[in-house]
Amino acid sequence: MRKRQPKTYTRLTHPLVRDSRDEPFRQATWEEALDRAALGLGRNRDAFGMFSCARATNEMNYVAQKFARVVMGTNNVDSCNRTCHAPSVAGLSAAFGSGGGTSSYEEIEHTDVIVMWGSNSRFAHPIFFQHVLKGIRNGARMYAVDPRRTSTAEWAESWMGLNVGTDIPMAHAIGREIIHAGLANEAFIQRATTGFEEYKALVEPWTLSLAEKVTGVPAAAIRELAHAYARAERAQLCWTLGITEHHNGTDNVRALINLSLLTGHVGRYGSGLQPLRGQNNVQGGGDMGAIPNRLPGFQDILDPDVRRKFESAWDTVIQPHYGLNLTEMFEAMEDGSLKAVYCIGENPAQSEADSEQAVRRLMALDFLVVQDIFLTKTAELADVVLPATAGWAETDGTTTNSERRVQRVRKAVTPPGEAREDIDIICDLAARLGHDWKYADAETVWNELRAVSPDHYGMTYERLEEHQGIQWPCPSTDAIEPTYLHGRLWETDPSRRGPLAPFGLVQHDPPVDLTDDRYPIRLTTGRRLDSYNTGVQSGGYASPLRRGEFIELSPEDAERYGVVVGEQVQVTSRRGSVTAPVWVDTALRPGLAFMTMHFPDEVDTNALTIEANCPIAGTAEFKASAIRIEKLPIATIVG
Amino acid sequence: MTVTPLGIPRRMLEFTLDGEEARVPEGSTILDACRAAGKDVPTLCEGDTLRPKNACRVCVVEVEGARTLVPACSRKAEPGMEVRTDTERARHSRKIVLELLASSVDLSTTPKVTGWLKEYEAKPDRFGPDAARLNEEPKVDNDLYVRDYDKCILCYKCVDACGDQWQNSFAISVAGRGFDARIAVEHDAPLTDSACVYCGNCIEVCPTGALSFKSEFDMRAAGTWDESAQTETTTVCAYCGVGCNLTLHVQDNEIVKVTSPHDNPVTHGNLCIKGRFGYQHVQNRD
Amino acid sequence: MDLHFGDSKPTDEERAAVDALLGPPESSWEGADRSDADLRWARGGREARDRRDLLLPGLHAVNDRIGWISEGALDYLCRRLTVPPAEAYGVATFYAMFSVKPRPATVLHVCTDLACAAAGAPELCAGIEARLGLGSGVSVERGPCLGLCERAPAALAIKAGDPVRTAVSAPATVEEAVLAASSPGSAPEEAPAALAVPQAGQDGLMLLHRVGAVDPSSLDDYRAHGGYTALRRAFELGPAGVIREVTDSGLVGRGGAAFPTGRKWQATASQPDRPHYLVCNADESEPGTFKDRVLMEGDPYALVEAMTIAGYATGAHQGYLYLRGEYPRALHLLEHAIAQARARGLLGDDVLGQGYAFDIEIRRGAGAYICGEETALFNSIEGYRGEPRSKPPFPVEKGLFGKPTVENNVETLVNVLPILTMGAPAYAAIGTGRSTGPKLFCVSGSVERPGVYEVPFGATLGDVLTLAGVREGLRAVLLGGAAGGFVRADELDIPLTFEGTREAGTTLGSGVVMAFDDSVPLPRLLLRIAEFFRDESCGQCVPCRVGTVRQEEALHRIVERTGADAAGDIALLREVGRAMRDASICGLGQTAWNAVESAIDRLGAYA
Repeated sequence: MRKRQPKTYTRLTHPLVRDSRDEPFRQATWEEALDRAALGLGRNRDAFGMFSCARATNEMNYVAQKFARVVMGTNNVDSCNRTCHAPSVAGLSAAFGSGGGTSSYEEIEHTDVIVMWGSNSRFAHPIFFQHVLKGIRNGARMYAVDPRRTSTAEWAESWMGLNVGTDIPMAHAIGREIIHAGLANEAFIQRATTGFEEYKALVEPWTLSLAEKVTGVPAAAIRELAHAYARAERAQLCWTLGITEHHNGTDNVRALINLSLLTGHVGRYGSGLQPLRGQNNVQGGGDMGAIPNRLPGFQDILDPDVRRKFESAWDTVIQPHYGLNLTEMFEAMEDGSLKAVYCIGENPAQSEADSEQAVRRLMALDFLVVQDIFLTKTAELADVVLPATAGWAETDGTTTNSERRVQRVRKAVTPPGEAREDIDIICDLAARLGHDWKYADAETVWNELRAVSPDHYGMTYERLEEHQGIQWPCPSTDAIEPTYLHGRLWETDPSRRGPLAPFGLVQHDPPVDLTDDRYPIRLTTGRRLDSYNTGVQSGGYASPLRRGEFIELSPEDAERYGVVVGEQVQVTSRRGSVTAPVWVDTALRPGLAFMTMHFPDEVDTNALTIEANCPIAGTAEFKASAIRIEKLPIATIVG
Repeated sequence: MTVTPLGIPRRMLEFTLDGEEARVPEGSTILDACRAAGKDVPTLCEGDTLRPKNACRVCVVEVEGARTLVPACSRKAEPGMEVRTDTERARHSRKIVLELLASSVDLSTTPKVTGWLKEYEAKPDRFGPDAARLNEEPKVDNDLYVRDYDKCILCYKCVDACGDQWQNSFAISVAGRGFDARIAVEHDAPLTDSACVYCGNCIEVCPTGALSFKSEFDMRAAGTWDESAQTETTTVCAYCGVGCNLTLHVQDNEIVKVTSPHDNPVTHGNLCIKGRFGYQHVQNRD
Repeated sequence: MDLHFGDSKPTDEERAAVDALLGPPESSWEGADRSDADLRWARGGREARDRRDLLLPGLHAVNDRIGWISEGALDYLCRRLTVPPAEAYGVATFYAMFSVKPRPATVLHVCTDLACAAAGAPELCAGIEARLGLGSGVSVERGPCLGLCERAPAALAIKAGDPVRTAVSAPATVEEAVLAASSPGSAPEEAPAALAVPQAGQDGLMLLHRVGAVDPSSLDDYRAHGGYTALRRAFELGPAGVIREVTDSGLVGRGGAAFPTGRKWQATASQPDRPHYLVCNADESEPGTFKDRVLMEGDPYALVEAMTIAGYATGAHQGYLYLRGEYPRALHLLEHAIAQARARGLLGDDVLGQGYAFDIEIRRGAGAYICGEETALFNSIEGYRGEPRSKPPFPVEKGLFGKPTVENNVETLVNVLPILTMGAPAYAAIGTGRSTGPKLFCVSGSVERPGVYEVPFGATLGDVLTLAGVREGLRAVLLGGAAGGFVRADELDIPLTFEGTREAGTTLGSGVVMAFDDSVPLPRLLLRIAEFFRDESCGQCVPCRVGTVRQEEALHRIVERTGADAAGDIALLREVGRAMRDASICGLGQTAWNAVESAIDRLGAYA
């Protein structure tokens, strides 16, 4: 098999500018580049959007959202968390008022039942999976729900290979079975939830046999999972993008949360809900307010008291309405109401579903400034490119992981050439646009954040160092809170219990891109162990595991189409077409194919995916496209 | 409701260590007690993230009433036990163990061993010029790791780290028996044909440099590896949201090696291929 | 588990061998054809991982059928059992009887160990190889003791196939060994076990009285000779009563460590953790030892009955009989005996109608002396490399599968029968105060009538040698096998008791009494012992792994030297030997220097 060396990106070392998009970039001084950027943004104050970076530090995200809100006067700030886990945040906050995963890694080592739903964390989150393995070694039983029999699923007591996009029928059938078997935790339901009767009525039609018909999974398997989860004294329900990257991702999340409410598997040590985040600071970006509906500390923009606090802290006026999310910003580019974008560390030209459409929209902007460490495909579309630092190795600050642990990031190497730290660049731009911010260092930014975010108040840099990171909430500088959230739901005193958790009344809605005679194969997407997202970073090292992009087929389909491993085929969806070599994977069943987005320069998988978005969270349905496979007229074997 | 378990409180026990009263929590090993008392007992196969394998026997101490010496790394302290760490008998066995290893294995990159050889007056040469050695060539079959089994003392740490204690990939095992036993993948195949996922967690625990990063191996070969010129900075991995702590070893502004703190609550010293090796993009500077 | 498999596929024959043991695969994930149902629901997890202990039987199944274990066969076995291929490879390469490289279907194991070497094994090997020539389809492998010392020199032929065929040639001539190897099915019947018991038929034997007197394949014959009266007595006494009898009898383990059996049983019986296991150590591998083989071949039901009693007393419902891989006849007879006992309700859910459930499973070793060490034996049964575990914890607390386990060797267990039938006081009256009951000795070497001898404890070395008819020119006697020690020809008044040998500065070990005359140069014997330990060291701990190599190297250097020329190496041997004894994990390394040391100090070797 060939060894793929994907496109290697070289670090940006100097600012780049150009007068028109038709011209090539030329090197510029920081003075000139920043002046041009300030000019371009300044003239579009009422039509501006900020793409912040889920991979940069909390401090950078804090300053970036402050730039959008204070300098540009808009709540249009978002990041690529939209493309992955926004539904988790939306679903969890709807149920519990807070968007974080409810438990800690350590708890999964001491639980009894683990459900991995739409999550190949063995590949996508290998070190989290080590905690799962500890749990398994300690006696926990793991159940996997995934269309593919992934490496994760191979560790399961029971793997259920459901049809793509039938998570809600599966969850509802589990809920119904729990209720009918008398296994619902009535004490918890009564004490801590609302809407149970409606939920009960909602799931009533979802008998095991109907669920078997819709999901393809035998009724007995669904029943077994229902009983195992409900009877466990402790249980953890974990999910990843298999749940969220659907046009109804938030509904999917709600359907899973319902199961925890039904059984009381939340708010206790060892029992909880764990969405696994795809990027190092997806959690932190949202916590810092780099999302259109929340201010730092995950505080609601619509709350006047919250706004007043920030307005006085920042000496500004905050728009009393939600801004546009990433998806909506792209739509606003289409209708011309969004004309300028400041894009920091993101690569939407390749990471968005229906990437061709995304590129077209970015090209139509009046002004695009991109701040990155590489000249990405998105940067190639820009008017001004600002060379920045790699957050994790070249700056100081903090990031927040999937278990809400805020940890210190430290500068280990000096950035190349004239590359500068994100915060310094943003501050220079802010100064040119009339706001003179003074931050001596990342810690100064952090302390400003602590002052406005009660959940972070107790986390001084000194304490973060001492404890190797602290999980939020941490309101006090003297104490550490429990490792899990929502213990309040178990309180007997209603005033301490706080708002009850509502069951989510969500309906099954099959994938938008239906399979039919012309597009008979269901394409789903995911990650491989050694690669990451669009491959800009992971392409830089020589992985012995890397074999480039393939369209993975079941052995049966490969036979049906008469194709062999390595043979180039045409893969076509209703939106686009690519050629890709074939790989055969026994983890797939007939009619199910798999690709990744790791090698967009070779095979632009997102030319196939559909931009059907979750109306609540805006995440696209990367996990379900309909495609067909065609042999090429002249067989080409890559090998 | 369930509350956060704090664990069962550990009782303290008392025993005699080199004639002095030692007080340690129940479940402590003799080695734990020695370290708490500031005593230096040499160790090779012991690992802070692994269950004791007590294979190397360099940490043996004398326990009153025991027929043989006991390994301090695995033997739990018992109330009333009388332990002596520095008797002639214990020192003799340590010396012989060091001689046996040094006469058969390349210990040139094993930290501390030079000092121990001197301290115990070990003379590995006395087994003569024909003494059997491992005589292995470095296996360089991929771009990330080198396996130089001429330096392997068969401590099993890599096998344990790859196996059920951490990674659960089970790519390697001990194959063969006795002096011919070697760490190997199935059918002695190259690593690239094995279950290896290149997490590097075996390298993290290797005590002798038998397993090393290709970057380190190449720099050593070129004579440019210089630990005294390296800085170590702990930061957070930028791949995925798990939040693994990385310690970047930097020499001349280049990342040359990545490790993880062994006491870190997220990683316990373990990383995946991306965290361990996926740093190169940062230094693609021209 | 997310196991990685290569592209190698098993042959139909290999697949059939594995499926014959495990049954057909249940799903495509285990190796069956893909079905729609498999692609929707797969079971795995704990249950799948819990079959690891079938790895060794699986390796045997392939090796028996094919003669060696290919990549495809190993992968298929791993897929069936959810075992990582690297680990299975580590296990397969641990055992001398397995090969992971192609070899002829027939392997002729020729013993080159102490007794056989003295009886002309080197010439035998050379003759066999010359006769067979190249491309004969037989692989001749020199190996350690086959436990046939009374008929030295010995050879064992194993011809892979369905079924596997074996033939023993002992005492072997070139012609007979070649015949056994080329046509094991038609080789002459091996001499009956009774021929290894020169005392057979004599009155007063307690352990050997049925050997030669009963048909070893007949349960009825066994019962007609007093069989199963001890088990009935055990049920009358109850478990605690049995343990009291065994304790009062003074029985101590016959494997060499001499630990009081009653105390071991009591310690296991009182463990709250369940289940309890009983393990019979029949991995008789100490060079010069063959008494357990003779017991198992001559009176197999006695062991089945004794194991049932031990299980009953200690609260075990499952017994494992770990049998040396080189004992095909014992395997055959014991398999038959267990099946018969099961058919008659003497094993199974309701033993003797007493409501007690007990069964026995035989596990075959595969050529590893170390597996005679009790914890190495557990690892071997569990499907891991036969490496000893560190103690504590001791087996009575955490043994097989981490559960409380009693492990006894064959001779120890068989002693329980007379204890129960005659009562503890009568039994304890036999022998000396500290060593009670009868003892079996394996007498071989320079004697007229080699074989297993039963004498009451207290008999002297001279008594035993006289029974066996010691030949002229006795130079030295090796007591206890390779792990034991030499005594001089003028020390024949040493009482063969645990305390007597200890006082004389030597050891009883497993009951080996091997006599040597002047015809064998002592340095050659010592070198063979050193080779044995080097070959059999598991490799886990440094003192033994490298120490046994350095010991052999030094003995090589001085094989023709004496006096001052040897003094430096002898000093070196002493230093290495002391560290092996003090710092090795298990008895193998701890005793690897014993025989050499005794030869130097007691016999004046190299002086």
